[in-house]
Amino acid sequence: MTVKVSLTVNGKPASAEIEERTLLVNFIRDTLRLTGTHVGCDTAQCGACTIHMNGRAVKSCNMLAMQAEGAELVTIEGIAKADGTLHPMQEAFRQHHGLQCGFCTPGMVMSAIDLVKNFPDPSEELIREQLDGNLCRCTGYHNIVKAIKAASQTMRS
Amino acid sequence: MYSFDYQKAKSVADAAKVLAKDGDAKLLAGGQSLIAAMKLRLAHPSEVIDLGTIKELSGIKADSKAVAIGAMTRHAEVASSAAVKKAIPALASLAAGIGDRMVRNMGTIGGSLANNDPAADYPAAVLALGATVVTNKRKIAADEFFKGMYETALQKGEIITSVSFPVPKRAAYMKFKNPASRYAIVGVFVADSGTGVRVAVTGAGPSVFRVAAMEKALAAKFAPESVASIAVPEKGLNTDLHAKADYRAHLITVMARRAVEAAMK
Amino acid sequence: MATPYIGASIKRKEDYRFLTGAGNYTDDVALPRQTHAHFVRSPHAHAKIKSIRKDKALKAPGVVAIFTGDDLAGAKVNGLPCGWLITDVNGQPMKEPPHPCLAQGKARYVGDHVAIVIAESYQQARDAAELVKVEYEELPAVVRAGDARKEGAPAVHDIAPDNTCYVWGLGDKAAVDKAFAGAAHVTTLEFLNNRLIPNAIEPRAANASYSRADDSYTLYVASQNPHVERLLMTAFVLGLPEHKVRVVAPDVGGGFGSKIYLYAEDVVCTWASKQINRPVKWTADRSESFVSDAHGRDHVTKAELALDREGRFLAMRVTTTANMGAYLSTFASCIPTILYATLLAGQYTTPVIYAEVTAVFTNTAPVDAYRGAGRPEATYVVERLVETAAREMKMSPAEIRRRNFIKTFPYQTPVALLYDTGNYEATLAEALRIADVAGFQGRKADAARRGKLRGLGYSCYIEACGIAPSNVAGALGARAGLFEAGEVRVHPTGKVTVFTGSHSHGQGHETTFGQVVADRLGIPMEDIEIVHGDTGKILFGMGTYGSRSIAVGGTAIVKAADKIVAKGKKIAAHLMEAAEADIEFKDGAFVVRGTDKKKAFAEVSLAAYVPHNYPLDKLEPGLNENAFYDPANFTFPAGSHICEIEVDPDTGTVSIVNFTAVDDFGKIINPMIVEGQVHGGLTQGIGQALTEGCHYDKESGQLVTGSYLDYCMPRADDVPAFKVGTKETPCTHNPLGVKGCGEAGAIGAPAAVMNALTDALGVRDIEMPATPQRIWRACQESKMKKAA
Repeated sequence: MTVKVSLTVNGKPASAEIEERTLLVNFIRDTLRLTGTHVGCDTAQCGACTIHMNGRAVKSCNMLAMQAEGAELVTIEGIAKADGTLHPMQEAFRQHHGLQCGFCTPGMVMSAIDLVKNFPDPSEELIREQLDGNLCRCTGYHNIVKAIKAASQTMRS
Repeated sequence: MYSFDYQKAKSVADAAKVLAKDGDAKLLAGGQSLIAAMKLRLAHPSEVIDLGTIKELSGIKADSKAVAIGAMTRHAEVASSAAVKKAIPALASLAAGIGDRMVRNMGTIGGSLANNDPAADYPAAVLALGATVVTNKRKIAADEFFKGMYETALQKGEIITSVSFPVPKRAAYMKFKNPASRYAIVGVFVADSGTGVRVAVTGAGPSVFRVAAMEKALAAKFAPESVASIAVPEKGLNTDLHAKADYRAHLITVMARRAVEAAMK
Repeated sequence: MATPYIGASIKRKEDYRFLTGAGNYTDDVALPRQTHAHFVRSPHAHAKIKSIRKDKALKAPGVVAIFTGDDLAGAKVNGLPCGWLITDVNGQPMKEPPHPCLAQGKARYVGDHVAIVIAESYQQARDAAELVKVEYEELPAVVRAGDARKEGAPAVHDIAPDNTCYVWGLGDKAAVDKAFAGAAHVTTLEFLNNRLIPNAIEPRAANASYSRADDSYTLYVASQNPHVERLLMTAFVLGLPEHKVRVVAPDVGGGFGSKIYLYAEDVVCTWASKQINRPVKWTADRSESFVSDAHGRDHVTKAELALDREGRFLAMRVTTTANMGAYLSTFASCIPTILYATLLAGQYTTPVIYAEVTAVFTNTAPVDAYRGAGRPEATYVVERLVETAAREMKMSPAEIRRRNFIKTFPYQTPVALLYDTGNYEATLAEALRIADVAGFQGRKADAARRGKLRGLGYSCYIEACGIAPSNVAGALGARAGLFEAGEVRVHPTGKVTVFTGSHSHGQGHETTFGQVVADRLGIPMEDIEIVHGDTGKILFGMGTYGSRSIAVGGTAIVKAADKIVAKGKKIAAHLMEAAEADIEFKDGAFVVRGTDKKKAFAEVSLAAYVPHNYPLDKLEPGLNENAFYDPANFTFPAGSHICEIEVDPDTGTVSIVNFTAVDDFGKIINPMIVEGQVHGGLTQGIGQALTEGCHYDKESGQLVTGSYLDYCMPRADDVPAFKVGTKETPCTHNPLGVKGCGEAGAIGAPAAVMNALTDALGVRDIEMPATPQRIWRACQESKMKKAA
């Protein structure tokens, strides 16, 4: 059986006939071929699949595509400016070497943008605490924390 | 994930009808436990009934006496609600500590209570605050609601619509997290209603439970030292790789003491 | 001259694509007519496979094909090879049981591959996999290294009835025994080095396709070394001509060792792609990664240190049992031997050392190199012993180390290695300063007032990197060379493409190697592209592991660049009608010495490709050079880590309040990238010490820590902001003076953390990972002791 899902991704309408059991992340990666959103685990712990749904960060591997019916989604492909200029959070990750292999990075950046939206002036301690839904195996988090702190300043100004 | 049929419920009555018809159907609230179990093929519903579009199941109403939270209200909404923070700050802070930020944006209070995971946080608040679980059929007192591991008083076709928490005089929740999963190894919710004290423990046993000895001691004197030397028997407590029963028993006392300290601040 | 790139924290070239979701990882590759695979895996730790019925599964929707071990055997597909032969104490070769790509007759660990199901979609493959009926007869299992050789333990392989792969020794046993007999003090420790699961966040993946048009294969795979993958797969397993197989390791989401090896899934997908004449893609679920990726560590060790009255080390004796798992993974056999026992001298002048290592088979996933590979285990032995000895002899941990540091170089250790250079006192002194060790007692007293226990722990590690001189490795049993290859291709316009056999999966080679080449050729980094990870493009490569990329791969590139300059001089001499000996290469230009006559790099490259005015009688046109570099010695990064922790005795919770790492990596190309490598390594080391432990149930052999719900990965709030520093003593035998930095953090950190923790608790030892529960129990025990 299939069902029809229609939603908006990065400002563009998208719609497809999918199996009911299609996870949102598979719809994004396999149907829409937006492969920047990653899958790093199957227990909703690693956060590599994090996207924004109606302005809030969610784990796209832990929900059905149908749960996003009618929603506005933003993925990692949708946050830089149209001319390619990086979002302040992306730029901060680059400046502070907040990424190595790049695999957790899209989820980390999407989570970090949501973090700063919720806590506009986060302390280092709060950033660390609020990153508990994202795993990174490369960076030891040190530079990710620095990048988010720095981005919180630029995003406020 | 196994195949299943999917439908969006138009109303609670609509969802209840399908549930009553199909014993293998499952309600989908936020899905943070259900989808995870389905992905690992540990759950195999024939039908998934999505409650996500029923607007009236969401929302928070608060006055000086009680806070009523709609079943589909996300943890993040409870955590950031000014009304909840004002009336029952311990409840807001509990919600702010469930799972992680992304999980909190999806997970719901109704889903959490209906699932009654032994390590979930909300059951501790519901039981300690003496909340009432409201369903499409009746009102269930907290003491009657939790029946055992993943078991509740909910009957076939019964759907939680909201939860009503009486506003306590003071309360606090302290959680010792499993280092890996970050679920509660032990979570203790202490609530002083003004007329009595209730202490509810989650994570430690098969289901949330109250500690009568602590409640009695705190009713006599609401102070950390009242519970500091009350040991909870380890018999019947959970044992796993991360915490054997004796460690959990010990942590109940420590978390209870810290919760009382926090409630007094 | 222009500001040199070497030594500057240049922002990474690779970041833009990763930050915008434009990376291209193996699972992102979707091929026309793609099929999807799922592996049927053994649910039992040890079982006879009595029958496999696939008829029902074959009829399931979307199923394309199902293959089992019998199909592979029928097609004469060999098992997976082990790349290192260890010879035991009696001169016999290690036991090498067959390692079939799909189980034949028996399954030997939970997750062992039993069949591949290929279907139109992943879900269909997984649905059908449940219909493959495998009849098992369960057998008793053994999972712990310490149990493998016990009387009555079930044999994992018939050819090793006592589960012993080898018993291997290194050092002068008689001299060690003699030194112990005369020692004033002996410190003895027995401990486990906990088994770890690497957990690169990108799960392993493979996507193989076959072309009938030219009888060739292409395999996209999450690998750290595509050329080695191709060599092993073609020459040893599938018997295919090497030139008909292209292996591409595109963007790879972390490796940490786990993606070095040739895995069964890669082989089976490649083989199957020809059988069905369609591309076959497999991507591991995390649950599959847990059971089937090669694990790391897992030692049981007894270690003894003999000292004289002044705390000088006289001898060390180490006995280790190392768990190999059910089969020998690609480099499994050399990890607890060649990469372990040779490091037991540490930074010290211990005159005699003897190590005996027994490698055993168990019903667990294969164990192989994981970040550090043998060297973290060695450092743990040495540094826990040294710190314990200091406590027993009432000496300061810094002083006992200083008293025993190697101070003159080169230094020949009693365990085979020749250290070329180092300055251990300098890194320790700097670490003591940064960590404010002088103020520790005050902080400890303050913590005590708050009811908390503070502890301080040191770890002065050394590692052998830049693997390896091929002849030395060969003499020790390596079945492969360990050089690296590089190619510098100068285009007519003077732009440059560099091809390297070193794969980058987070290390930032596209940036670091670009810096090296830019300085060597005197051109802007923007004019240089680094290409890696494709056997179709790169001449050869041994890949990335053992912190070897800059020292070996970087040197190969330097050698190729130097050949470019040498040829450029010839061309420039011709163009400027000067003697070749008078040409010098400076700031990206060929200059006639002592004159203002010069030719820019791009002018010379243009002349090489448009050879109108060119010495064609003496010189070939074009400007493209290859180099292979086989190192003369290992490199020896070393450093001092100091950890300060605080324990909450009420709950057993520990927090690292301060972690200082001062490392000597020789010359540093990009300090930002090097610091990042250190941070990541430290976090994995802290993970080993405090959070991560792979746990198999002793009876059933089931993997208990089979997901992130039970295997505790360090999160951001588990680690502190690190304090890092460096001291440079350049490596003496490579042109860049570099040593490598990838593993240092994971090597040094566990001992520092555990030394701090045992200091705080006042106990001799506590098992890793020191979880809150274990720490709480240790607190209870010491409370009881004090009360008694």
